[in-house]
Amino acid sequence: MYTQALDTHGREPVAAAADGSGAAARFQARVDAEEKIEPKDWMPDAYRQTLIRQISQHAHSEVVGMLPEGNWITRAPTLRRKAVLIAKVQDEGGHGMYLYSAAETLGVSRAQMVEQLLSGSAKYSSIFNYPTLTWADVGAIGWLVDGAAIMNQIPICRCSYGPYARAMVRICKEESFHQRQGFEIMLTLARGSPAQRAMAQDALDRWWWPSIMMFGPSDADSRHTAQSMQWKIKRFSNDELRQKFIDITVPQAQFLGLTVPDRALRWDEGTQHFAIGPIDWSEFHAVLKGNGPCNRERLEARRAAHEAGAWVREAAAAHAAKQAAREHGAGTGQARRA
Amino acid sequence: MSETIRDSSAADWPLYEVFIRSRGGLEHKHVGSLHAADAGMAVEHARDVYTRRQEGVSIWVVRSVDIVASDPGEAEALFEPARDKVYRHPTFYAIPDEVKNL
Repeated sequence: MYTQALDTHGREPVAAAADGSGAAARFQARVDAEEKIEPKDWMPDAYRQTLIRQISQHAHSEVVGMLPEGNWITRAPTLRRKAVLIAKVQDEGGHGMYLYSAAETLGVSRAQMVEQLLSGSAKYSSIFNYPTLTWADVGAIGWLVDGAAIMNQIPICRCSYGPYARAMVRICKEESFHQRQGFEIMLTLARGSPAQRAMAQDALDRWWWPSIMMFGPSDADSRHTAQSMQWKIKRFSNDELRQKFIDITVPQAQFLGLTVPDRALRWDEGTQHFAIGPIDWSEFHAVLKGNGPCNRERLEARRAAHEAGAWVREAAAAHAAKQAAREHGAGTGQARRA
Repeated sequence: MSETIRDSSAADWPLYEVFIRSRGGLEHKHVGSLHAADAGMAVEHARDVYTRRQEGVSIWVVRSVDIVASDPGEAEALFEPARDKVYRHPTFYAIPDEVKNL
């Protein structure tokens, strides 16, 4: 991921030539030819703003996503499960870091993005505003939430914006263990005692619909889809990705011997797809507006962590300044020279 | 809104570019960037962010502001001199098939 601080030797590309002249058309031609757009290349302002919004929301989702799962680290049923869960939560933090770096290449600072998250002005995936009530929820999140995330993210590996695409390649490689460990938890519970099976079913009951809604509003109501597709930020519509997820996941639930909480769910011979019942979008919009079960708790946890960590950041900065003064500003700290 | 969110401590630490040697014998390759208070912390963060799965045996970090890059807008002119020099490639030379080891 290249960064906006990586300065060019010469002047900034002449953005003034943009409007009216051929810049916008040349940009679209490059995108159409599947060329990657890099940070210092000319791009329409709306493209830049769309990416900043999408990538920073994505980064926030990774960071806030650590909270529901982190809730179970101390109570994981075995040492193996605990080690795996710590590794997974650490990965989510890492994914947030890759994505913040990618967004910064577009001219937004890390501090700005963090402030937008903490002030509540930035959005993150609504799924993380649901609570993790039992251990089975950790399984359901890995299986369904990470499964839906992978479905969303794989096409973004081919996104027209280079730094975002490269971050996604790295993330997708790491994500597949997340989904598998989740399914393994569900499988273990589903093959366990009646109480464990009931716990797995309860988790599926609560996580199914929120996972389905992770793909966003239906195509008819999605404001951004057409433009994002033209810019090749997005490759498939919300409904296409949702359908793919359903077709893959329903047989997995059947394998587990669990029941998908949708009485209208049926296999459609005509379309060769599973058809689902109506989605309750009022719930989606309520959670998005801040009225989900855990919205306030999540933001409070992030703010508390940020504030409690302030003295560490200040101490590190003070230490760095002192070291730099001692080495006459020419040293590389404790790191060895290459 | 909380005051601490907006105070000056919210200013970002310097940005570092990270280069990783994936195994002995290979070159260091750019993998990404991160913020750190100093170079030592940048190396430690690079280990946690970019080598959680044994992706490397060596890490370089360099302040992003210290990198000088060519201008993509000038790429055409910068790389033009090499364009018409196909004779720098071995395939430019026609050698009869019966001549071996050449």
